[in-house]
Amino acid sequence: MLDQLLSHWNYIIVVLLMMIGLFIVISSMNLVKKLIGLSLFQTSVFLFYISLGKIEGGTAPIIITSGHGDHGSYPSHDILYSNPLPHVLILTAIVVGVATTALGLSLVLRIKASFNSIEEDEILAEKRVMKSEGRSS
Amino acid sequence: MAAMFIDISLVGFMLAIAIMIMFSHRLFAIIVMSGAYSLISAAMFVNLDAVDVAFTEAAVGAGFSTVLFLAAMAWLPAEEKRDKALVVLPLMICVVVGALLLWGVMSLPPLGDPSSVVHHHVAPRYLAESYDKLHIPNVVTTVLASYRGFDTLGETIVIFTAGIGVLLVLTGATGRNPSQDENVEDEDEK
Repeated sequence: MLDQLLSHWNYIIVVLLMMIGLFIVISSMNLVKKLIGLSLFQTSVFLFYISLGKIEGGTAPIIITSGHGDHGSYPSHDILYSNPLPHVLILTAIVVGVATTALGLSLVLRIKASFNSIEEDEILAEKRVMKSEGRSS
Repeated sequence: MAAMFIDISLVGFMLAIAIMIMFSHRLFAIIVMSGAYSLISAAMFVNLDAVDVAFTEAAVGAGFSTVLFLAAMAWLPAEEKRDKALVVLPLMICVVVGALLLWGVMSLPPLGDPSSVVHHHVAPRYLAESYDKLHIPNVVTTVLASYRGFDTLGETIVIFTAGIGVLLVLTGATGRNPSQDENVEDEDEK
């Protein structure tokens, strides 16, 4: 049991981090804190993918070349590399994540300009007031 | 063994920071802590052999997005209003989802197992062939720009769309607020 706990330690912590992120997103009323929770969630997913790509005793997937023959250097074949595929996927995801964060922040700024608040319940109350005023006039 | 110790302590740090973020109400502190969280996750990526990802996470995740948040904070209140957060329902959802995920995660192959399914599809081919074909030592670069070039094109389209979105949202129909334009420039640099 302890063995399994140690060998799956990363995955367990990743799940805990994800749940903390999810909890912040659902429970917090503040829009900025929600965005931070979203990025916590995101980073923990990155960590999950990278953990999957790790090979025990492997090294970074950059081909180590050796020797200088007539045709230049050639790769050494007896070196163990970690899996490059999750790294590529996560590189893409990190950059996309920042793009979505920027879009979310700009939406928060617009909400602040329109409602003068970034607390979800205040915004909803304000909206309700606006709706009832619109109906009565 | 040393690598494992580093691994365990780093994820422990990340967990501690995440819990501090959960209980903090000052937004500046939360933003700086999330920057620290990203930086520690970058160290974690180096430990897990993902050096390219670590570079990107340190530059973009810990640097750029923290700057974005801090720039936006110039026009936002610095404190979260307390004592009205929902607790019970979100906690229940998180416990249920977390238990399901833990159940799933425990049946994964152990960390670093070379016989795991992930390592037996296209990855060995990338590692074996890419240098002979394209002469680029960094396999991640080769896969990103060549084998999966269309993915990267799609990523560029997503960023372009997000940039347009930020521009439209901040300079929308209700008039321009000069104070908000700085954030737009941040996005353009990307």
